[in-house]
Amino acid sequence: MEFVAILVSAILVNNFVLARFLGICPFLGVSKQVETAFGMGMAVTFVMTLASIITYLIHRLVLVNLGIEYLQTIAFILVIASLVQFVELFVKKASPGLYDALGVYLPLITTNCAVLGLAILNIQEKYTLMKTITHAIGASIGFMIAIVLFAGIRERLALADVPECLKGFPIALITAGLMSVAFLGFQGLSVL
Amino acid sequence: MIETILDPVLALAGLGLVFGIGLAIASRVFAVEVDPKVEAINKALPGANCGACAYPGCGAFAEAVAAGKAPVNGCPVGGADCTENLGNIMGVNAEAGEKRIARVICNGTDCNAREKFNYEGMKDCKAAIMVQGGSKACEFGCLGLGTCVDVCPFDAVYIDNGLAKIDEEKCTACEKCVVECPKDVIEMIPHSQKVAVDCNSKEFGKEVKVKCSVGCIGCKICVKKCPFDAIKFEDSLAKIDYEKCTNCMLCAEKCPTKAIWADFDNRKKAVIIDDKCIGCTICAKKCPVDAIEGELKGLHKVLDDKCIGCSVCYEKCPKDAIEMK
Repeated sequence: MEFVAILVSAILVNNFVLARFLGICPFLGVSKQVETAFGMGMAVTFVMTLASIITYLIHRLVLVNLGIEYLQTIAFILVIASLVQFVELFVKKASPGLYDALGVYLPLITTNCAVLGLAILNIQEKYTLMKTITHAIGASIGFMIAIVLFAGIRERLALADVPECLKGFPIALITAGLMSVAFLGFQGLSVL
Repeated sequence: MIETILDPVLALAGLGLVFGIGLAIASRVFAVEVDPKVEAINKALPGANCGACAYPGCGAFAEAVAAGKAPVNGCPVGGADCTENLGNIMGVNAEAGEKRIARVICNGTDCNAREKFNYEGMKDCKAAIMVQGGSKACEFGCLGLGTCVDVCPFDAVYIDNGLAKIDEEKCTACEKCVVECPKDVIEMIPHSQKVAVDCNSKEFGKEVKVKCSVGCIGCKICVKKCPFDAIKFEDSLAKIDYEKCTNCMLCAEKCPTKAIWADFDNRKKAVIIDDKCIGCTICAKKCPVDAIEGELKGLHKVLDDKCIGCSVCYEKCPKDAIEMK
């Protein structure tokens, strides 16, 4: 039951993008087409899950043992940066199409606050390894839902008759704000 | 005491080392071979990312060239040097396309063209044509509000006396202004072209005349006068075939409304080199304006006041005895 609570909470109630406002850069940058948004979601999912596991292990095995938990942030950034480099190498080899589609946003996951935020939240909440993984999966599904929904709306917006002064990013930001307000409704779920 | 400093340093350095080695191995395992040509081509390109090649940027164009999908002379901005470099990289001997420049084919300055009304709206041609197609009486002419000026990445367009003008030296033939102009009054012409019809009006005769003093009225005098059959009429507007035109400027001289522009200052004249001329009379026979005289086997002479600089004699002379100056 606790796992379900963590999952639902990460997906809906504390949605990383729309409730915690983490990872806004790729959310706005790679959401012009559903297809690339989905690709970005997959990349973030992969990095988030892997990063959570590794940061958890490093925190437990290295930082706690040596009593240097205060180096959390810098160590996690190191982990995430290396991981993203690895994912980039991997995607370039495995799927050049996805690599081209993600473009500059793949390296940008390096500095994506959603990934770092997730790693730090895991430690703060004192999750076990299994809970950490569940939380990571929930967070990435939440990110995926947000970015794919947003991309779907933006695809329609591209064809809509938007006033000249609101074309492009202004209307996208307004849309994102409205989505965030909609997700606010889940606060009442109180699964935790 | 020393541990409190050493531990974190060693721990982080150790982590960094592990990840570094891991990445080094991964980059070997997942190595993707990048065509070295792409890099070389990218360096040879201007790097303006203007998109004139119809690719999203210099990088995408470089990839397309390396893949053989784009021609080496596809970059209009880089010019002949760039084309040559790309040709060397790709191992093809590319004909550098002749440099072209944009030209506003309208001479309807504030004093030449009549206005329908006073336009005091936004300084933008696209906005202006919303109101009755613009303030100029001629619906084909340049409005001179500078939409092309705004769009030119090279500062090559300026407004002079209510008319857009193009700086030939700065123009890189990226065609952005051609695309942007709502009146379609900008045309690409070869850089060496010294004669052009500066009118875009598809109307005829009096209808043109009442609206603009320098419009093409469709009298077809230029067609009759052209010795090279290089002028054709489309929609009662003279069009010069730049392949056939020899820049003799005869049409510009004869045009009754001066709708044809010609660079008279740089008009060339044929000069016969006395030592080389053998008196074969070919030049005299070929000259369309009878500007060369001379007896068979005698020295020939060019009559300067008649010569129009068409360079036909220069091309036909079997002894290369004629120069264009």
